[in-house]
Amino acid sequence: MPEQTTTLELRINGERRVVAFPTHHTLLEVLREECGLTGTKHGCELGECGTCAVLVDGRPVLSCLALAAEMAGREIQTVEGLQEGNRLHPLQQTFADLNAAQCGYCTPGVLMTAKGLLADNPRPSSEEIREALSGTLCRCTGYHKIIQAVEGAAALSAGEDWTPAEEVLHGTRLPERGSE
Amino acid sequence: MAEPIESDQQEEIRDEPGRHIGQPFRRVDGRAKVFADDLHFPRLCHLKLVRSTVPHAKIEKIDFSAATEVPGYLGSLTGRQMPKPFGILPVSQDEHALCIDKVRYVGDPVAAVAATSEEAAYAAALLVDVEYQPLDTIDSVDTALDEERDRIHDYGDGANVHKRVSMRFGDVETGYAEADLVLEDTFFYEGNTHLAMEQHATVAVAEDEDRVTVFSSTQTPHYVHRALAKVLELPPSRIRVIACSNGGGFGGKSDIFNHEIVAAKMALELGRPVRITLNREEIFYCHRGRHPTLMHLRTGLKKDGSMTAQHLRTALDGGAYGSYGVASTYYTGALQTVTYDLPRYRFDGVRCFTNKPPCGPKRGHGTPQPRFAFEVHLDKAAQQLGLDPADLRLRNLAEPGSVTSNWLQLGTVGLRRCIEAVVAGSGWRERFGKLPHGRGLGLACGSYLCGAGLPIYWNHMPQSGVQLKLDRSGGVAVFCGEAEIGQGSDSVLAAVVAEVLGIELADIRLCVADTDLTPVDLGSYSSRVTLMVGHAAHQAAERARMLIAKAVARRLDVPLERLVFAERRVFDAADPEQGLSFEDAVTLAEAKWGTLGTTGSYTPPRAPGKYRGAGVGPSPTYSYSAAVIEVEVDPETGLYRPVHVWIAHDIGRSINPVLVLGQVEGSIYMGLGEAMMEEQAFRSLPRHLSSALVHKTPSLLEYKSPTFHDMPPVTSYLIEDPDPLGPFGAKEVGQGPLLPIPPALANAVHDAVGVRIDQVPIHPHMILKALDEKGRGRQARYGPAAFPEIDFGETLIVPTPAEGGDGRALDDPEKRKAHDMVGETGTMSSRDEALKAKDRALTTK
Repeated sequence: MPEQTTTLELRINGERRVVAFPTHHTLLEVLREECGLTGTKHGCELGECGTCAVLVDGRPVLSCLALAAEMAGREIQTVEGLQEGNRLHPLQQTFADLNAAQCGYCTPGVLMTAKGLLADNPRPSSEEIREALSGTLCRCTGYHKIIQAVEGAAALSAGEDWTPAEEVLHGTRLPERGSE
Repeated sequence: MAEPIESDQQEEIRDEPGRHIGQPFRRVDGRAKVFADDLHFPRLCHLKLVRSTVPHAKIEKIDFSAATEVPGYLGSLTGRQMPKPFGILPVSQDEHALCIDKVRYVGDPVAAVAATSEEAAYAAALLVDVEYQPLDTIDSVDTALDEERDRIHDYGDGANVHKRVSMRFGDVETGYAEADLVLEDTFFYEGNTHLAMEQHATVAVAEDEDRVTVFSSTQTPHYVHRALAKVLELPPSRIRVIACSNGGGFGGKSDIFNHEIVAAKMALELGRPVRITLNREEIFYCHRGRHPTLMHLRTGLKKDGSMTAQHLRTALDGGAYGSYGVASTYYTGALQTVTYDLPRYRFDGVRCFTNKPPCGPKRGHGTPQPRFAFEVHLDKAAQQLGLDPADLRLRNLAEPGSVTSNWLQLGTVGLRRCIEAVVAGSGWRERFGKLPHGRGLGLACGSYLCGAGLPIYWNHMPQSGVQLKLDRSGGVAVFCGEAEIGQGSDSVLAAVVAEVLGIELADIRLCVADTDLTPVDLGSYSSRVTLMVGHAAHQAAERARMLIAKAVARRLDVPLERLVFAERRVFDAADPEQGLSFEDAVTLAEAKWGTLGTTGSYTPPRAPGKYRGAGVGPSPTYSYSAAVIEVEVDPETGLYRPVHVWIAHDIGRSINPVLVLGQVEGSIYMGLGEAMMEEQAFRSLPRHLSSALVHKTPSLLEYKSPTFHDMPPVTSYLIEDPDPLGPFGAKEVGQGPLLPIPPALANAVHDAVGVRIDQVPIHPHMILKALDEKGRGRQARYGPAAFPEIDFGETLIVPTPAEGGDGRALDDPEKRKAHDMVGETGTMSSRDEALKAKDRALTTK
């Protein structure tokens, strides 16, 4: 099997690096295998689950469906570049506060997709968040905590105070036993 | 040797929130998780399994000659190099790392190749030529019961029946005679799979010619460890299993998988690290998920709704191997009695072998199917008796602390408060039965284990162990075999230790799920971790607290019982200024006792049942849930959507409410998936394409699961009533809240459009068909027609507590002991002998 290889300078999380890889390799493979950036996960490698989403020029892209060879001159952002220095990004903070990441496996793709959304639409409605993230499957959370966490991150990013509602952290207060 | 530690302090149940316990703290494992597929080692090579393309056949020949020509090819394995059988249960050691003589389902692994790249390994695997001689395909329970067909295994209970179970607790016929209504129903629950987002992965690293370390996405590192030792024929001390963070489990990573064993063997053969990551299609074929189950219920009720007797029959399509199946079969019957008082109960179950991927445990393990049946059945009973479904349930609540008719010891029962919460929250009293056509409410309940009472293999050792290491740094290292699968078990472990010692979560360093370094914990299954690990951690921490307290009491000249551990200090309750920092307190203790370390362990209480099969069902206590679902149904198209879910869960005590809510909401989500769309179903390919029995939808796109758009709003109530049998009063939450969801949905559909859908998933065409039947004046129902005649074997007769029984069967037949599930009957030696005989019989020549 003669294999064609490509050598490219990639820009990943603001850092330039020269990477050689088989030309047919996807961005997902090159990030994980050639670059050692294993933060980006994979659930199907067929573009069905959204787990491998990264930002390319600020837009969410399924890295399992994109060829690394097409990435010349483009800015790639992965979850490893999300935190600011040693400080969590607002999305990471609110995901941690609400348990919006349980097993954490779909989380990198969700975080990057949400980051792309907030860049375009800094105060999305819950319906807009739902729509933007609807290409991602999560088997743990039931999705609500993710939507609430993105709303919280939008508030934090806007410099507002954000305190999760009591029912989000403790459950809904028990109803009065009026009708019993 | 230090002075002996005085008797352990009794655990106290504290109602007020702790510094950590009861608080919504951030999980301790959130940052930069490492999954098995993320690991890299120098000289890492790649493994691929060659899987059967036929459902049932003898293996005639395996030819690697073309595969060896692939550049990068490193080596191959067949089943003959790993002849020892394995299996999760001692009674069904029926798998081989690679098939030896025959294959039993499309996807059964027959050979393995390793290469320098994943692509080369894949290319080589495609070139391995396997010749098969076909055998009959067993595709259903019906064909499995046919004595004339080829047998998938040469053990079991005749034909292609893996297990027959029949047991009777009390005289059900008397119960029916006393009843005002005897209701009969047949239900079907389709199989479905876990669909964890992480693809199973294993990395094996040879450390020496006879030492290997295996990193894997597994919920049960201890059981994988045991199986590796058996199949690799190495002492367990030469094998180290490390469970990496699981990217979701749901029961799907609690079995032992072929690829885990083959990776270890290949690493030992090649002397270099080996990685395998299954692709998504392979995972659908590995399965071990929900058993498709046909059920028949016959229940007697009095006019006031109280139940007099029930007879449940279940038939499980088990797939090609035993897996957890014997336990799954018992579980379809065991927990019917813990939700409501069922004074007389009979259970018959059968599990069949078919040429499909093996079924096993998925969230709720064997109980969502009969729970669906029971709760829909009760809804019908309420309708026929003219009672409100909520009232009917409230009338039948199980008694806290009672022993059920099938000898399960209950703990606290918070079900009344659960039902009251969802009834009030949903406006049930005002709205049920009164909403416009097309809109409806449905109610259902459930209950679940807080850890299986018995281990999977019979032994007298603790089921969970924790070790602490403390030193002058003030940091506490916690060692425990538990496996984090996303549910938050690491956070529970850390919080319990931090609470007892009065320190912060950041002062704790965890070392978990490493069979070389951590004390055994049986794994993340059966909702056991919070309770069992929690108790073990509590004991270890109390012992450490006592060592520190004795040293500090002497220094401060204060009585032991006046010392308080809080805010990273140890101080006198009477004079809080009098005290030491935690760091100084540990330093004192280290000087007094020498190097500090403590252990804690947990063994569940003995269960009162002593009959054969009594090993499945006991638990230290049980959780309870109730749910109301509101649904909107379009009678023209059958399309429907849940509009809102109200759920209440009896958690005992939340260790961390935000983690508890995560499990509640995740369970609702998964229950809706099962109720609305998820199907692990099979079809035969056309004859010109081999007729093979294949998965209908083996991809994330085709296997429908709920998306962001499908999840309705949820209102969750946590019912906190500490159970003295749980650590800090805590009970389980990982599985129980799934149980009421499918029946609540089916009941809501009935309230909306007046038709019964007696199977899940509920597809729109089923609603339309039932509406059509209704329009023609026939039974307004869609579901299975009848339950087949099945020989369930000899019935075990067990007198109930009310009948003055002692937990034993009247006529316990000893003769089939070797086939039996772990019970409390028999001595250790006789059981071991039986298992050895079984192993010999199963080992292929």
